[in-house]
Amino acid sequence: MPSIRMTRFLAAAVFASSVAIGATAPVFADQTLLNVSYDPTRELYKDFNAAFAAKWEKDTGETVTIQTSHGGSGAQARSVIDGLDADVVTLALEGDIDAIASKTGKIPADWKSRFPNNSAPYTSTIVFLVRKGNPKGIKDWGDLTKDDVQVITPNPKTSGGARWNFLAAWAWAKQANGGDETKAQDFVTKLLQHVPVLDTGARGATTTFVQRGLGDVLLAWENEAYLSLEELGPDQFEIVTPTLSIRADPPIAVVDGNVDQKGTRKLAEAYLNYLYSDEGQKIAAKHFYRPSRPEVADKADIDRFQKLKLATIDDFGGWKAAQPKFFGDGGVFDQIYKPAQ
Amino acid sequence: MKAHSPTRWRFKRPSVIPGFGMALGLTLTWLTLLILIPLSGLAWRSSELGWDKFSQIAFDPRTLSALRISFGAAFVAACVNAVFGVVLAWVLVRYRFAGKRIIDAMVDLPFALPTAVAGIALTTLYAPNGWIGQFLTPLGIRIAFTPVGIVVALVFVGLPFVVRTVQPVMEEIDKEVEEAAATLGANRFQTIFRVLLPALAPAVLTGFALAFARGVGEYGSVIFIAGNLPFKSEIAPLLIVIKLEEYNYAAATGIAAVMLIISFIMLLVINLIQSWSRRRYGNGI
Repeated sequence: MPSIRMTRFLAAAVFASSVAIGATAPVFADQTLLNVSYDPTRELYKDFNAAFAAKWEKDTGETVTIQTSHGGSGAQARSVIDGLDADVVTLALEGDIDAIASKTGKIPADWKSRFPNNSAPYTSTIVFLVRKGNPKGIKDWGDLTKDDVQVITPNPKTSGGARWNFLAAWAWAKQANGGDETKAQDFVTKLLQHVPVLDTGARGATTTFVQRGLGDVLLAWENEAYLSLEELGPDQFEIVTPTLSIRADPPIAVVDGNVDQKGTRKLAEAYLNYLYSDEGQKIAAKHFYRPSRPEVADKADIDRFQKLKLATIDDFGGWKAAQPKFFGDGGVFDQIYKPAQ
Repeated sequence: MKAHSPTRWRFKRPSVIPGFGMALGLTLTWLTLLILIPLSGLAWRSSELGWDKFSQIAFDPRTLSALRISFGAAFVAACVNAVFGVVLAWVLVRYRFAGKRIIDAMVDLPFALPTAVAGIALTTLYAPNGWIGQFLTPLGIRIAFTPVGIVVALVFVGLPFVVRTVQPVMEEIDKEVEEAAATLGANRFQTIFRVLLPALAPAVLTGFALAFARGVGEYGSVIFIAGNLPFKSEIAPLLIVIKLEEYNYAAATGIAAVMLIISFIMLLVINLIQSWSRRRYGNGI
């Protein structure tokens, strides 16, 4: 290489990497706990962690620092598989925890039975976020394939939320067509032709719709839709609840392999159990997640949720069957996206 | 690298710094640790696939279209950078003006900025409701969420490579060379194309190759502006990430291996052209 002046480049590289290392400065507390979660739970766990830390200190006298890592659900699971020492995982999909269980053995295969409600302390569903006044008149799934409607949803290959979107649309179309799977696939194919951008995660899709002004309707986690409404003011957007959607159960699990090594098992279990406590359920409802014990949450929070018919993943034979069929390599999504010619 | 006379290939040249053996040993060890071991890990992982599955992944229409988009956009962006990088370097070397140091420093910013931040910023500008996008959209020009957006992002992240490789070479070219060309009857056009550019060609090619290589592997800035539609604006690095999200490590490394092979061949060709032009036109430095 000629005598290029690469020093500036090197200086920039060194600077960038030192900043990256500096970001994980050690935190001093009696114990620390790492919760690896997915994108839309940022606000929920910020609140919940503070409440739990206060309770833990009151009960045991120990201070605890809880770190939460957020990102796409699949990517987060992969970091745990690759060695991120998470104490607990709170992800968007069962399949992601299953992957950690089967690839690392750090979580037992029967993890789902270790906490109440199939290890899902709160559930959510998929709703539509539309622009104020609902200019395109979107009421239900069928309206999404009208000619001039643009739909924003992330890529089901990379986003857990997008998989729920996809299955919710499928469930609706199947019901509307008397259980015909081919017609359901036709509908979802048509729906995807109305998608101008595939973001990699749910948060990215929300940004595309809300900040960039792209699209007429956002298929969103119910909690994410309410959050957008709260943050941006209800004068810009409206939530439309379709007649049928899917019950999304974001699951939780203790990562046994890591907590046993770090000696944080008791803390990790207490942390997850606290999600089921009255207080934990209240916080979940406040952050627009449907609590598994609605009776203990604030009534005002519960009343915001509209009633609708909910399909479940069991209608698709569970994630173990649905994941490879719809989103695996060469699955339905890949077939739908084959080039037209 | 291959700057000296091509006919006499000498393993050892006298140097003021002694210790050739140690220097070469260190070089090889260092390269092995940093580059060869990770890359052979990649090759090893993709060899798990076997040829049938590997070729199935490599020649899958979706992989091919992603590779076409990645390499195509990186090529176009590197071309744009080669032209405007030279112009920028020229202005910085040959003129003095207020704020020159600031502009000089600004050139490096794309190096330091996290590329995702660049991607988000560019998308904000070029989205249909963005500062720039709102004027282009009525004209029917779409930049964000199309391959054009990918090129824009790659031009941004690749800009410093050309400027910083060309700049020092340009500083070495004396103004007298141009004056001599003029006294010998060359017009401005001839001076540029027959005197200045040939001397700069090896450096421009180096900058081009660096910008191109950077663009091929770029992920962070692109995924925000690309729209990521399969067969339209899905780049190969994203496809690799998608395979990883499916826990399909073998397929991911397979695509990565294909990218590496193509990149290596292209960079080798660029290097050969570069050494040829250096022989043809002299070192320039």
